[in-house]
This record gives sequence, C-alpha cells and structure tokens, in this order.
Amino acid sequence: MARTAGRTLVSLIAGVALTSAFAARAVAEELTIFWAEWDPANYLQELVNDYTKQTGVKVTVETTPWSDFQTKTFREFAAKGGTYDMVVGDSQWLGAGSTEGHYVDLTEFFKKNNLDKLMLPATVAGYAEYPPGSKKYWAIPLEGDANGWAYRKDWFEDPKEKAAFKAKYGYELGVPQDYKQLRDIAEFFHRPDQKRYGVAIYTDNSYDAIAMGVEQTIFSYGGDLGNYSTYKVAGLVNSKEAIEGLKAYRELYKFTPPGWGKVFFLEDNQAITEGLAAMSMNFFAFFPALANPATNPHAKDTGFFANPKGPTGAHFAALGGQGVSIISYSKKRDASMKFLEWFIKDETQKKWAELGGYTCSTAVLKSDAFRKATPYNEAFYQSMLMVKDFWATPEYAELLTQMNQRLYPYIVGDKGTAEEALNGLATDWENTFKKYHRYK
Amino acid sequence: MITRLDAGSAAVARGLSDLTIRNLFILPTIAFLIVFNIFPLIYSLGYSFYSYSASSNVEALFVGLQNYRDLLSDPNVWNNFTVTAKYVLVSVGGQMIVGFGLALLLNRPIPFKGFITTLLLLPMMMSAAVIGLFWQLLYSPSWGVINYIFNLGDFAWLSDPDVALYAVAITDIWMWSPFVMLLSLAGLSAVPKYLYEAAAIDRASAWYTLTRITLPLVAPLLLIALIFRTMEGFKTFDLAFIMSTQPTTELIAIRLYKLAFQEWQTGESCALAYIVLIMVLAITNIYVKYLNQAKAR
Repeated sequence: MARTAGRTLVSLIAGVALTSAFAARAVAEELTIFWAEWDPANYLQELVNDYTKQTGVKVTVETTPWSDFQTKTFREFAAKGGTYDMVVGDSQWLGAGSTEGHYVDLTEFFKKNNLDKLMLPATVAGYAEYPPGSKKYWAIPLEGDANGWAYRKDWFEDPKEKAAFKAKYGYELGVPQDYKQLRDIAEFFHRPDQKRYGVAIYTDNSYDAIAMGVEQTIFSYGGDLGNYSTYKVAGLVNSKEAIEGLKAYRELYKFTPPGWGKVFFLEDNQAITEGLAAMSMNFFAFFPALANPATNPHAKDTGFFANPKGPTGAHFAALGGQGVSIISYSKKRDASMKFLEWFIKDETQKKWAELGGYTCSTAVLKSDAFRKATPYNEAFYQSMLMVKDFWATPEYAELLTQMNQRLYPYIVGDKGTAEEALNGLATDWENTFKKYHRYK
Repeated sequence: MITRLDAGSAAVARGLSDLTIRNLFILPTIAFLIVFNIFPLIYSLGYSFYSYSASSNVEALFVGLQNYRDLLSDPNVWNNFTVTAKYVLVSVGGQMIVGFGLALLLNRPIPFKGFITTLLLLPMMMSAAVIGLFWQLLYSPSWGVINYIFNLGDFAWLSDPDVALYAVAITDIWMWSPFVMLLSLAGLSAVPKYLYEAAAIDRASAWYTLTRITLPLVAPLLLIALIFRTMEGFKTFDLAFIMSTQPTTELIAIRLYKLAFQEWQTGESCALAYIVLIMVLAITNIYVKYLNQAKAR
C-alpha cells in the first residue's frame, strides 16, 4: 500500500513537472503583437501564421478598435505590462515610445540589416527614427500608408459632364493635378438637389483625422507645422502659405455631404460606396474595400489618385502607417527580435504585399508586380515618395488636441478666420514646448 | 422585528459575540471602500500636486499648486466649465419640466396607466452608448427621421457648433425625464386627496392648486431628483463623447478624459478631477440646504 502511494506521488510530481515544463515551453513560444482593428491586422495574422509553421512559435495579432488603440497601448505602457511583446504603433508615438523607455532600441538591428537602405527612406524617417536625423531607430517600418483620394471614374468620364465642366472652367475634367482643380471639381459635382456631393474629407477631431487632412493641404501649399528639430512654430505654422492651405481645406468642406462634421475613414469610404461624392479622401489602407465589388457597388467605376500639388508646386501627402516596435516590458525580447529578422526578409515582404499589406521594402514597392497589383497601388507608391508627418514628440497628443480645438471651429463651424486659428495654434504649441523645456 | 442571538445559539457556542458578527459583516465592505475608494482618492490628491505622467518613466516632480494654477488660468478649461454649466442647465431643466409634466399626466385615472408608465421608463434603462448612436441616426441630415418630420431639409444638428450641445441635451432629456417622472409620481401619490377637494370647494384655479398645494408637497422629492440629475449632468461623458466632437460640446468630463488618457498628464488630470469634485460638492450642498428647508416646511 505504502509502495503504491509512493509510486502515485512520484507519478504526480513527474506529471506536474512535465506539465510545467511544457507550459513554460508553450509560454516561451508565443508572441503577441498589438495593433488596431482593421484589415491590415488580419493580413498580418495571415502572414505570421507562416512564421508559426516555420518555427513553431505561435504569433497572435491582437487588435482593438482605432478609437481605443492609443489609450489602450499607453495604459499598457503605464502598467509596464508584459501582455504584448510588440506593438505596431502610430508614427507619432515614436517620441514617447523612445524617450520614455517603452520601446527597445533597434539601432544595432537596423544597421546590421541595412534597413535604412532596404526600406523606403520616408518610412524609415517616419516610422523608425527618433529624434529626426539622429540615426537612432525604434521600430521596423511595417505598414506603409499615406493619405490619398478615391474618385468616381464614371462621373469624370461622362462626355456630358466633361463638356459642361470645360464650358464652366475652361479646361478638361480629369484627375486633379493641383488643389485648384480639386476645388473646381468638388464645386462642379456638388449638387445637393440631386443628393450628389463634391468631395468627402476628414473632419473628425477626436484623434488625428482632421489634422491629417489639414496638414497635407498645408504642406502642399508650401506651409509647415513647425521645425521638428528646433521646435520653432511661430511664423511657420501660421505662415501665409499655411493660412492659404487651411483656407483651401475649409473651402473643400463646403462641398461635402450634409452632416459631414464628424467623419473619418468609414464615412469617407461610404461616400463612394453609397454614390454620395465625386471624390473622397482616405488612407490607402482603407482602399481595398473600394476596389472590392462585394463591398463597393461602384468598384469598377472607382479610381484612385495621389494628393495633388499645391499652387506653388509643393507636393505632399500625410503619412499614415506604422512601424513595429518591441515593447521593453516584454519578457520575450529575444524571440521578438528573431521574429523581426524573419519579417524583414525579402520573401516575407513580398508575401506581405501579396496579402494586401503595404510593405515599406523599396525593392518590392518599386517592382512592376506591386505597382500593377491593384488599381490603387501606383497612387500609393507615388504618395509614399512625398509623405510628411505630424510632430512625433512625446507631447504630440497635447499638440493634436490643441490643433483640433483651434482648427475644427473654423473648418466645420465657420468661426473666426484661418489666420486667427493658426495664430492661436502657434501660441498654444509654443506654450506647450515651453512647458516641456524644448527651447534651450 | 429584530432577531437577537439567544444565549444557546451556535454562534455564541463558538464564542462569536453579536459585536464580532456585526464586524465580520461590516469589515469586508469597509476594506473594499478603503482599497477602491478612499485610497485612490487620497493617492490621486497627492498626484494632483505633482508633475507626473503615468505612461512615462520620468520621476514625478513636486510642483505644489502649479497644476491647479495652470488649470484655473487656462481659458480652454473655463470654456469646458461654461459648456458643462450650459449643458446641465438645459438638460436638467428640461428633465424637470418634462418629467414633472409626465407625472402630472399620469397622476390621473387613464387606461393602461401601468403599461404606459413602463414604456416611458424604457429610455433610462438603456445604455447611454446605444442611445447616443441611436440618436446620431435620428439627427442625421441625410436620412434622419427628425429632419424628415420637422421638414428641416439638410439641417446638421450635430455638426452645427451652435446647436450640437442642445442636440445632446435633448437626447439626455429624453433619456432621463422618466427618472424625474418616477420620483414626481411617488411625490404626487402622497399628496392627500382632501387638499384637492378643499381647493375645489374653494373654487381655486388649477394654477393656484399646482403652485400652492402640489409643488410645495412634491418639492422634497423634486429636489432629490434635481440633486441626482445635476450631479450626473456634471459627470456626463458617454452621450456627448459618442454624439459629437465639437469643441462646443466638450464637457469637463471629456476634457478630463483627454487629459488623463490621451495626453497622459496624470498630475494635472488629478487636479482637474478635484476641481470638478469640489464644484459638484458645493452645488450639491446648496441643493441639500434647500431640501432641508423644503422638508422643514
């Protein structure tokens, strides 16, 4: 009896030990990537399933709605939690992620793998490097993105519309080459009595939607948001060019569908799918839905173009997209590093692009295969060559709130002037930078 | 009836006195309150004197009253307070009028009274998030039923900075008037019938009966409704956050959320939370004073 009991005890201990060993192995072989809830995250999950097949390491892409993404990520940072090993973070988070110790320094990894040469320069500057020009890297460019435009080809190519447009504006109706043409076309197609409207632009001010729309207009008008190295804003964000850019955005708002005062990517895509607007601004990552006949009844009549030039020839698009960073509180940093080594391989990047992800690999982006793969890839490629971003300083969220507070009443509420709005913004930003001792 | 443990009970047999049993029941609640209410309250009071961001690894820096000074001298924060005050005034005022009016209508013999009362109570039983999304559709300039009924064309309720706050307040009135109605009904049913009979014999007008009999007797319950709704009004976040992002609808609770969880200014957000708390306490105290006066009458 005593012998049996002894055996049982030994078996139990062995069982527990084995289970623990397997559990530990299982834990060591799982990685979690945190991202926002959208199609590219699904593509990434599909891609990383290959990594699981090849290495046995299970990688899960966990998502949360866009509206909650920033809050949830930084809450996790605040808790120094190890729930996530990597985050596909917004470009604006680089400052906070790097200077506040949330991201692992990937400079060595970057240099060892020549990533500054392999990845498109704009994506390296936008998604990986902080401070600007420092050659210190905190993320691997993962999902390239820029703000572009979708338009109704059938409306644009209708001979009657073309003739009427030429009679009114004196030039051919076609894809707008500059902001003046964009405005004219928006005005031309704005026919509220027919429930047809000129243009759909971003107006939501709860995060960065309206800021992205406005900044690319300001950039294209020759203006700027400030000097990202010296933090000088006065005379830049409220320059003559920036004021004209803001006025142009306000002008476009006049030609939007009714009630367009709080819209982001979803509504801007709906403007096309529901046949409401002639042109619609959106990040390229949201365009697959417009090229898909299952989600857009006008898919075959939908075309795409890059953000047009401003009056002086300046040509920019707002940078979207994200880089993947290793979270410094993760207990699986080495495993995460191995995953990144796999992710940057050429064949992985090709597969990533095939699945629908916007690779940042220069070679893949430049290839004909990529540029002709979808109706919007060429416009995406062109946009990625001229992207420019918002501030990426740790206090970017405050800057964003102030921009939303200053610009929204002018654009949507028609309160005050563009000059007043941008002068106010320059003061707000200067005060914020003073608060954080940015001026030496 | 109070049940007391007799000398032969099992508890006494195990050596547990009445006092011990009482404490055993009370202690978990007290522990819960200390851990989840009092400790965070004191802790956050401490943070309100520091320059500190919970999301950064930077050491907290003691700044004394600087956070309070910065907030109280920030015109945007004052604008948030003004917007909140306006919202509370319109929304709570509307709820009191509509709620009391409904109660007066229901305080008379009508068919299906119970069923109608239950139907009227439904809005306050629904989630604010659902109601916000639902009313967004009702207000929609393209397909909203409100513009259709009132023939308002493309009028954009939630995009118009001058109207958006009132649109949110109307939704809040729709949602919470039933609460005021419920309390008013309780008050109205307690008014002695003979007072109305005496007024009728004296040929008192309806207005006289309302102002001299009904309102004074229902006042304590109306004031309770007013206290609750004012406190809730000051804390409103969900409806306004979901329905509109206009700066003219940025209530103080939304500003607080942004400060704490978008900008991660933990110290400053704690200070703002205390400023709001003090304001709500001050207003509530004024109401309680009037409530006591009404009860004394």
